[in-house]
Amino acid sequence: MTRYIRRAAGFCLLLLLALLANAARVQLFEADELNTSSANRRTTIDRYGQPRGDILVGDEPVTGSKDTGEQLAYERTYRHGPLYAPVTGYASQTYGTTLLENAEDGVLSGTDPLLAPLPLWGDITRTRQPGGDVVTTIEDPVQRAAYEGLDGRHGAVAALDPGTGRVLALVSSPSYDPEVLSGTGPAVTGAWEQLNEAQSRPMLNRAIRQTYPPGSAFKIVTAAAALDTGVVTDPEAATDTPSPYVLPGTSTTLPDEARGCEKASLAEAIRVSCNTVMAHLGVEVGLEGMLDAVGRFGFNDDGLRIPSRVARSNFDSDMSDDQLAQSSIGQFDTTATPLQMAMVASAVANDGELRRPHLVDRVTTDDGGTVRRQDPDEYREAMSPVTARQLQRMMVDVVENGTGTNAAIDGVTVGGKTGTAQHGIDNSATPYAWFIAWAQAPDSDRPAVAVAVVVEDAAADRADVSGGGNAAPIARAVMEAALEG
Amino acid sequence: MTATTADARPPALRLPKRRGVELSLLTGAVIISVYGYAAVGLARNGAVPPDVAGYGAGLGLLALLAHLAVRFRAPFADPLMLPIAVLLNGLGLVLIYRLDLETPGDRAATTQLIWSTLGIAFFIAVVVLLRDHRVLQRYAYLSVAAALVLLVVPIFFPAVNGAKIWIRVGGLSFQPGEFAKILLAVFFAAYLGANRNALAYTGRRIWKFQFPTGRVLGPIVAIWLLSVGVLVLERDLGTSLLFFGLFVILLYVATGRTGWIAVGLLLAAAGAFAVGSFEPHVHSRVEDWLDPYATIDAGQGPSQLAQSLFAFAAGGMLGTGLGLGHSILIGFAAKSDFILATAGEELGLAGLTAVFLLYALLVARGFRAGLALRDPFGRLLSVGLASILALQVFVIAGGVMGLIPLTGMAMPFLAQGGSSVVTNWIIVALLIRVSDVARRPAPATGTAPAGEGR
Repeated sequence: MTRYIRRAAGFCLLLLLALLANAARVQLFEADELNTSSANRRTTIDRYGQPRGDILVGDEPVTGSKDTGEQLAYERTYRHGPLYAPVTGYASQTYGTTLLENAEDGVLSGTDPLLAPLPLWGDITRTRQPGGDVVTTIEDPVQRAAYEGLDGRHGAVAALDPGTGRVLALVSSPSYDPEVLSGTGPAVTGAWEQLNEAQSRPMLNRAIRQTYPPGSAFKIVTAAAALDTGVVTDPEAATDTPSPYVLPGTSTTLPDEARGCEKASLAEAIRVSCNTVMAHLGVEVGLEGMLDAVGRFGFNDDGLRIPSRVARSNFDSDMSDDQLAQSSIGQFDTTATPLQMAMVASAVANDGELRRPHLVDRVTTDDGGTVRRQDPDEYREAMSPVTARQLQRMMVDVVENGTGTNAAIDGVTVGGKTGTAQHGIDNSATPYAWFIAWAQAPDSDRPAVAVAVVVEDAAADRADVSGGGNAAPIARAVMEAALEG
Repeated sequence: MTATTADARPPALRLPKRRGVELSLLTGAVIISVYGYAAVGLARNGAVPPDVAGYGAGLGLLALLAHLAVRFRAPFADPLMLPIAVLLNGLGLVLIYRLDLETPGDRAATTQLIWSTLGIAFFIAVVVLLRDHRVLQRYAYLSVAAALVLLVVPIFFPAVNGAKIWIRVGGLSFQPGEFAKILLAVFFAAYLGANRNALAYTGRRIWKFQFPTGRVLGPIVAIWLLSVGVLVLERDLGTSLLFFGLFVILLYVATGRTGWIAVGLLLAAAGAFAVGSFEPHVHSRVEDWLDPYATIDAGQGPSQLAQSLFAFAAGGMLGTGLGLGHSILIGFAAKSDFILATAGEELGLAGLTAVFLLYALLVARGFRAGLALRDPFGRLLSVGLASILALQVFVIAGGVMGLIPLTGMAMPFLAQGGSSVVTNWIIVALLIRVSDVARRPAPATGTAPAGEGR
């Protein structure tokens, strides 16, 4: 019997070996696949198991975290939700993340390897680093001036520091409080549906995700192209443009709303905003030249990130001359985000050098040690310095003597350009009011702020919608706030 | 110390009793359990649980009483069995306490501690009252009658989670099938021990296999069929598989006929296929086993088995640490059938291997006692009891880790479940008793009389 007992014991040993081999299969070889399965809730539980890092404006966090005591412990809170929603985005346990919350999620949730004191440290100790903080370039007074300037009207403001590319303000209106989306449950899904169904589209980030026809504000780009390509050598010299102007190859005439545009010089055309002159110059520069010029300002770039993704601003690459003429005055298929138009003003203000716009100044660990810093970085050479200086003078002339007088600030050099973009079928919809500008303090050697404002208020009286009337005062408030800062 | 192994038998020399070894190992087992208890508190609340001293003292006292019973009534018993049982029981309490933290409305650790106390009381009672295991031979038919009654009774009670294996009286519930395991092992050992020669050497030879006469084999096959049939009716496939395995192993050990294994495997395969195809409750278990992630792909969320595998995978090599895993996601039966997943997640492959090795050591000591004995009943009984433990560990551990289809069964000593804990303590008590006889110095007169039935 002894032999059989030994064999039975051997059989039990086989069972043990099978168990051990199977344990190794599950816990070692298949572990990675199982750990990353979308149905495995552990990833989510770990993610919300610690407070999320904060997004800071200056020294002040504009976000927070609260412990709910539920399985997904920590939920996002926002100090000034609607004011900063276009900057932060939301961080929802139900709907994921957007904007900065999305772009810097690794840092905020503590998974970014930069945060670990030693490489692979987290893998060994199985501890997640505390969430790091993201310090933005936003300046609170500038942001508030823009938000209060829009005052609930539909529109957006983007403000940049021309010398560095720092985004000083990013406002979209109407806005929403992202905190209502933070958690889980019917309250959150209800809020989500309500926000998505709202006519005013409060979750749309109009400053970087919505494109508008830029209208006359685009004439700065066309002017830069005309000067850089040598189509215009003297901005004060008369051009041979008739008014009204017959679009090339068609019998359609393009009228001017301004007076004195017949054969007007480039400077005059910018000051009073002549459609005819600028459309004509655009055609003279030609499609190739215009495409080259708009590209250097950032149009047609669908990879721009600040680090939130910025929608592509469009200038068609295949057009007939009549379409090119309309495109050159910011109509037809030409569209731009408010940030893109702020970049146009910024390039002029910074002597033609366009800095890469960025929203994050630096990223720190939770105890304040800087792990990553964004230094000023050249994005593109938008135009020659000579062209830029000529355009600066023309834009100053707009504010001092032209359509943009509402943006003037006492004792400050301000350059600007209005735009009133027609859109809709037969241009029947309420036009968008644009204003782009930059400002230089008297004691400074370079402009400190460039701004773009768009107001799309459908409720306003159509006659009142104009860049100079609706948008310029907001731009002035934003620039004043920036110059004081 | 010259003699170091249990089955070395120097004549007329004093064999070391090794009770001191047992006591130190017990101390270690209690300390490890208390450490685990404290670690859970530290991980969860940053503080040692306030009742850690009480828990340690309680477990220590139980271990000490059990040790004293062994010291005075079974002084030659194997010194490893009791410490392993205490360590597994203590670890089980820690895991259940740890899972209780996730389910504030359903606390099970205290109840489990009471059942463990009862189990150790039974352990002491068996060690003290049962002077010689051979006495049990006399009660073979009483045992089998009692086992059948215990197996049949739950049919008249409502099903719990698809299986009719529970008796609920008032607030208490227990699984009589657990106790039936021991009774059946006693019966099989007694009957096969008495009739093994008849089984092995008489009967007809068909092709290569020799079949015993119906007169000898009849009763045992009938009883086996009955118990398995009852279990299939109760839809408790795990226990059914366990009985079947126990029967085949004991038959093989008693007769040495390889044919039994072939017949056994054939029967098992046919039975498993039939039940797996036609019984919906079992059929769904088989489907789950074939593709644990099917429900995920179907958009219904992970199945319990998938959740269990997620838990093991999350443990990896070293585990998350006690109190830091999320095995509670398994949901229903996380503290009972799926308790091993918590061990796997929080102690990792390293801890799980240690747990498996503890079981293996316990089983090995049971087999060793069987080898050292000279009476067939004792040998078969110890092999049977050790096999029950081994099969049970394999069936449930293999089930929750996707090696074989999942069948509900309690992980010995670890899982929540009163009847299971009490039964396992009785099994260990019997093994202690048998090993005491095995290692006891032989009387000068010669070999002990072999059991001859009646």
